[in-house]
Amino acid sequence: MKALDHKLWRDLWKMKGQALAICLVIASGVCTYVMLISTMQSLNVTRDMFYGDYGFSDVFAPLKRAPENVARRVTEIPGVSQVETRVVANVKLDVRGFPEPVNARLQSIPDDGKPVLNRLFIRRGRSVDPAKDNEVIVSEAFADAHRFSPGDSLGAVINGRWKTLVIVGIALSPEFVLQTRPGAISPDYKRYAILWMGRTPLGTAYNMKGAFNDLVVTLSPGARAEDVISGLDNLLERYGGLGAYSRENQISHRFLTEEFKQLQRSAQIFPVIFIAVAGFLLNVVISRTVSTQRDQIAALKAFGYDNLSIGIHYVKMVLLIVLIGVAIGIGAGIWLGRGLGRIYMEFYRFPYLMYELKPSVAITAGMISIFSALAGTLFSVRAASLLPPAEAMRPEPPARFRRTVLEHIGLGRVLSQPTRIILRNMERRPVKTMLTVTGISLSSAVMIAGMFSKDAVDFMVDVQFRLHHREDMSVTFVDPASKKALYELKRMRGVVYAEPFRSVPCRLRFGHRSYRTSVEGIEQGSRLYRLLDMSLQAIDVPRSGIILTDYLGSMLGIRGGDMLTVEVLEGNRPEIRVPVAGLVKQYIGLMGFMDLSELNKVMKEGNAISGAYLSVDEKYRPEIYRRLVEMPRVAGAVVRKDEIRNFYETQAEALLFFTFVASVLGGIIAFGVVYNSARISLAERSRELASLRVLGYTRGEISYIFLGELACLTLVSIPPGFVIGKGICIYVAKALESDLFRIPVIIGNGTYALAAAVVLVSACLSGLIVRHRLDHLDLVAVLKTKE
Amino acid sequence: MDITRLQNDSSGPRIVFRTRCLTKVYEMGALKVHALRGIDLEFYAGELVVLLGPSGSGKSTLLNILGGLDTASGGQVTYLGKDLTRAGDRELTEYRRYHVGFVFQFYNLIPSLTAIENVAVVTEIANKPMKPEDALAVVGLADRQDHFPSQLSGGEQQRVAIARAISKNPDVLLCDEPTGALDSATGVVVLEALERVNRELGTTTVIITHNVDIAGMADRVVHLSNGLVTTIHKNTSRKSPADLHW
Ligand SMILES: Nc1ncnc2c1ncn2[C@@H]1O[C@H](COP(=O)(O)OP(=O)(O)OP(=O)(O)O)[C@@H](O)[C@H]1O
Ligand SMILES: [Mg+2]
Repeated sequence: MKALDHKLWRDLWKMKGQALAICLVIASGVCTYVMLISTMQSLNVTRDMFYGDYGFSDVFAPLKRAPENVARRVTEIPGVSQVETRVVANVKLDVRGFPEPVNARLQSIPDDGKPVLNRLFIRRGRSVDPAKDNEVIVSEAFADAHRFSPGDSLGAVINGRWKTLVIVGIALSPEFVLQTRPGAISPDYKRYAILWMGRTPLGTAYNMKGAFNDLVVTLSPGARAEDVISGLDNLLERYGGLGAYSRENQISHRFLTEEFKQLQRSAQIFPVIFIAVAGFLLNVVISRTVSTQRDQIAALKAFGYDNLSIGIHYVKMVLLIVLIGVAIGIGAGIWLGRGLGRIYMEFYRFPYLMYELKPSVAITAGMISIFSALAGTLFSVRAASLLPPAEAMRPEPPARFRRTVLEHIGLGRVLSQPTRIILRNMERRPVKTMLTVTGISLSSAVMIAGMFSKDAVDFMVDVQFRLHHREDMSVTFVDPASKKALYELKRMRGVVYAEPFRSVPCRLRFGHRSYRTSVEGIEQGSRLYRLLDMSLQAIDVPRSGIILTDYLGSMLGIRGGDMLTVEVLEGNRPEIRVPVAGLVKQYIGLMGFMDLSELNKVMKEGNAISGAYLSVDEKYRPEIYRRLVEMPRVAGAVVRKDEIRNFYETQAEALLFFTFVASVLGGIIAFGVVYNSARISLAERSRELASLRVLGYTRGEISYIFLGELACLTLVSIPPGFVIGKGICIYVAKALESDLFRIPVIIGNGTYALAAAVVLVSACLSGLIVRHRLDHLDLVAVLKTKE
Repeated sequence: MDITRLQNDSSGPRIVFRTRCLTKVYEMGALKVHALRGIDLEFYAGELVVLLGPSGSGKSTLLNILGGLDTASGGQVTYLGKDLTRAGDRELTEYRRYHVGFVFQFYNLIPSLTAIENVAVVTEIANKPMKPEDALAVVGLADRQDHFPSQLSGGEQQRVAIARAISKNPDVLLCDEPTGALDSATGVVVLEALERVNRELGTTTVIITHNVDIAGMADRVVHLSNGLVTTIHKNTSRKSPADLHW
């Protein structure tokens, strides 16, 4: 078969441009697949390893206060394996040179420095000395954000008392792979910290000697988390249990899981598009090659080559293109996968990243590409090899043309001869035209789907921070306080306006479904915190009844007018039934909302508030921060602007990465499809075009006929591309919907414009390349060769 | 199909091909073209037959069917007693691979292969082929072996096609207008090559031509017209190609 292999190489070399374009499309598909799956698997393996090595707990139970001996009774709950009690507190920090509120979660570690569960990976420094009451270990993300090293110190308000803490170590914990403040939309490493302190000093500071307020357990093999949770809830109720929850609802774990889901979904969608496009292109190119080589196939058959070896010859051609594409794709996928892994490591703090590409991933990617490419091409190869040689040797009959629809409806007269040629040509092969349009439209779809998260996130942030939250700063109290605390805040210099809120942890129940969240009490006519109806119009909280986030309503299967059971997890823990007054739109989190005084009434607690939203004068901000740190009643403060800024800072790199990758990939598809269809029509029609040239048509007129068709196809394919892109976005958004967040399907005009622009630019580029060939059409040669 | 190599037989010349009531109808939609209307012919071992006839008379069609490139619509063709009309695709492939050398009317060289590679394509799968260089030397193209078809003239391409056909030392050589594109001098070179293969190796040879003069080198001349055999003429003595002029 040596001579045939020479033919193979030369044929490939002749169509190198097209082969390369297809290679790139395949490479893009394989690359996205490898990148996404390998990143997901690497993170997954890393996570499991970290969890395993450092004893991540299975169930978490926060509570108010319980004596240490309760722990023994926890061990008796069937299904519980290991138990660890801890003291946890929220504190305010004062970081020198950083005049913004910093909140922290301060968590105890046993005096011997060795937690049984959620063990610390000490990156630098050492564990705390139990004899000292001012030593802490800080989380790595926070330390990095402020460039802290062991030996540095920071101020903290611990149970109302100012204290200087010395950092002795920097650590990571499986509990805080994603270190984020509860209720925040993204991790904020500058303004939120995790600190670990010895149990004795921390217990002393919070009057928890011989007591605890947080408990973690692991399950024995085969045990069900739900059973243990209800056992814990029963046991801890009289100790102010706030409702136990499993890993699935632990915030860091939860975010990781969602991230994996997202990677998995993307890995399902994008590569499929690329591989389908590549399959289509290969089909077009190979069937074209086969049909020009009909007579060669016939001659080979006449010499006694059997169908199989002829088939293999063309299959080799396909395989070569595919394999080169797969190889480039795997290489690029590993490279981008590592890049993506690094970006993720900024968010997710693991002691290490086990980047790995399972051979099965590479093999799967290769197999999928090969099979779809072969499926696309075998048909034409088979059709060619089944033809009796004598028949195959005859040239294909001239293509049949018809008058076009446009001409039939009487527009024929206004069309010039060249325009007529364009139209007839497109109509002659409706399937091919359609597939080409689909192919080009997929390129804008890919870009829209790739960049969509940016617009959606912009929109979410806009709704969350400009429509829903409008305060400059929110302040939470250590314990529910009376309205007097609000006046204290209002009196502060620089505070323009203040509004109270009440936040009550509770479990909402309807029928057999329940969800643990909080009910927010808001004042009538609230200006800084507004509820939004389904069309995002601000509405007032009703005087009676409860309002739910729309997604929470559908999760509970509850509708307006139904009675909701609210099981309060605070104070004297009343259980109340309230009618659902309506639903509101919220993209982040799930909550219930009630009128503040109505909530106070059902709680039988006078006029307690949990915190306040403030509107402040910019000038006095630093002063206000300082005052808040000094106020013992204040547990923490969050500045809205900082939150938005931080959000974009943390997301920026990832968003840029995805936008960039999506544009490159979309451009590749557009280029691949347009270039290939241009080259093929050039090959098919060079005779016709050369004849027209001989008849006296100018280069410009010829180009118009030829490129006009491409321009038409490209323009026509943009709107369906937008539609397909939006469809993909809807699918992705639906698939990723969860109680954490719902991604709205919002696609900005900029995204549409960029997608269209990339398609047009790549179409023009390939048009120019082909135009160059067109201008150098060798009239004599073209007309002499038989085809 | 197990076809043993042609042997000498004492009971008269052996029949290589026999056709009985051979018909071929091309259906083009409603239109039917009767290319062959019932051909009864024998071709004997080692003989050189020239097929003559006007354009469209069915010469190529007959040759294609003999060579296993096309299937008959009716009647029967046997090769050494084996029925080609009933042979399957695999048997026909094997038949073409090991027994037939074909020269196409339109050369059908593979454009992406050089002259020598075009010959090698055939010799690589044959049983006891010549060396491709030797086959090219026979047609006088030894010095052009690394040229691509596009770099060869029509006549040179045709000679490559002939080298390709004889290179596998076939049992039968079927040539569709092998000198169609050649001037008389080159034509003679080509015909000499064919004649030598026929004479020295005893290869049964069928040559289609429009050129009545070439008929002089044949053992027998078969005239076709409108899908039927009109006359069969037997030459008492074969002329050497060198003595032919046109
Ligand atoms: N594949 C085909 N489909 C339809 N008709 C065909 C086909 N092949 C041959 N014919 C017709 O069959 C008839 C015989 O064709 P054939 O090629 O055998 O003629 P020929 O004698 O070789 O002519 P020429 O000397 O011009 O090569 C012609 O009328 C031709 O048009
Ligand atoms: Mg013919």
